[in-house]
Amino acid sequence: MSTDIDAQGVAPGANIRTHSTHRSYLIGLGYAVILTLASFWASSTDVIYPHGVPILLGVLAIAQMGIHLVFFLHISSAPDQTNNILALAFGIFVVGLLVFGSMIIMAHLNHNMMPMDRLMQMQR
Amino acid sequence: MSAAGQGLATAQEVPLSLRGPAPTRVVAGYGFWLFLLSDIVIFAAFFAAYAVLSGENAGGPTAADLFDKKHVLIETACLLASSVTCGFGSLAMQSGNRTSTYFWMTITFILGVAFLSLEVSEFRHMLEIGAGPSRSAFLSAFFALVGTHGLHVSVGLCWLVVMLLQVATLGFQPMVSRRFFCFGLFWHALDIVWIGVFTIVYLGAHL
Repeated sequence: MSTDIDAQGVAPGANIRTHSTHRSYLIGLGYAVILTLASFWASSTDVIYPHGVPILLGVLAIAQMGIHLVFFLHISSAPDQTNNILALAFGIFVVGLLVFGSMIIMAHLNHNMMPMDRLMQMQR
Repeated sequence: MSAAGQGLATAQEVPLSLRGPAPTRVVAGYGFWLFLLSDIVIFAAFFAAYAVLSGENAGGPTAADLFDKKHVLIETACLLASSVTCGFGSLAMQSGNRTSTYFWMTITFILGVAFLSLEVSEFRHMLEIGAGPSRSAFLSAFFALVGTHGLHVSVGLCWLVVMLLQVATLGFQPMVSRRFFCFGLFWHALDIVWIGVFTIVYLGAHL
């Protein structure tokens, strides 16, 4: 492991704390199970205000992705991980741009679209 | 942590220009990390298509008609468990324990196959009831997204078999352990993508 603790930083997934990693996977598994069950429960329960459920599901999913990154891929905010974090931040930026950008543009186009029957009349 | 602290202390003393190239393991890991992020961008494009098209069912079956939550929970459990056993396997490999590497990686493989066969049976059922990818825009987007994930899992399983054969023939050489390490990253990343799939596709269908 000593080659990982290097002036050049560490690769993602390379764990410095070798002796506690079995525990880190188990902790991650515990959190992931709780969050998964919570999101399955939230999608089928009547207890929560229905319009809040999608937001809750989003929060639970993002939390679980964070858990996986920290406990399984061992991404951390340590100074020797700056490169990994920067790449990850750029990846998240592109993903957000792509998903939310497409959704906003398509919803907007849909909104401004002429109703179908009117369109048919124009074609005659 | 103290070892890491010492590493950083020496890092500050040696000027950047004198440190030399990073070890191959770090370079390979970082390069593979960049590949994984670009792979996730591909998935993001499919997610965007699904988010836009999920309501366009052209009079065919809707998402709420098709998806069974219990089925998805079992698939999720398989993938999550295989992620953890894969982690244990790479720990066993780091400590040079061959038997325990084979043990954990075989369990990872079995769980991966279980996930894949559940997914294939779901796809076959959908095709039988006439809900194939050509039925509606919603189903095209669904098969593109979930099918791409399934394809990644199958490629991962092939990779795992190749890695076990390489451990058997070449042993724990640095080259083999680097590849194994990249496989672990790949497998964990697929699990992260699956979180998005089950939340948006399967749980979102019943809202």
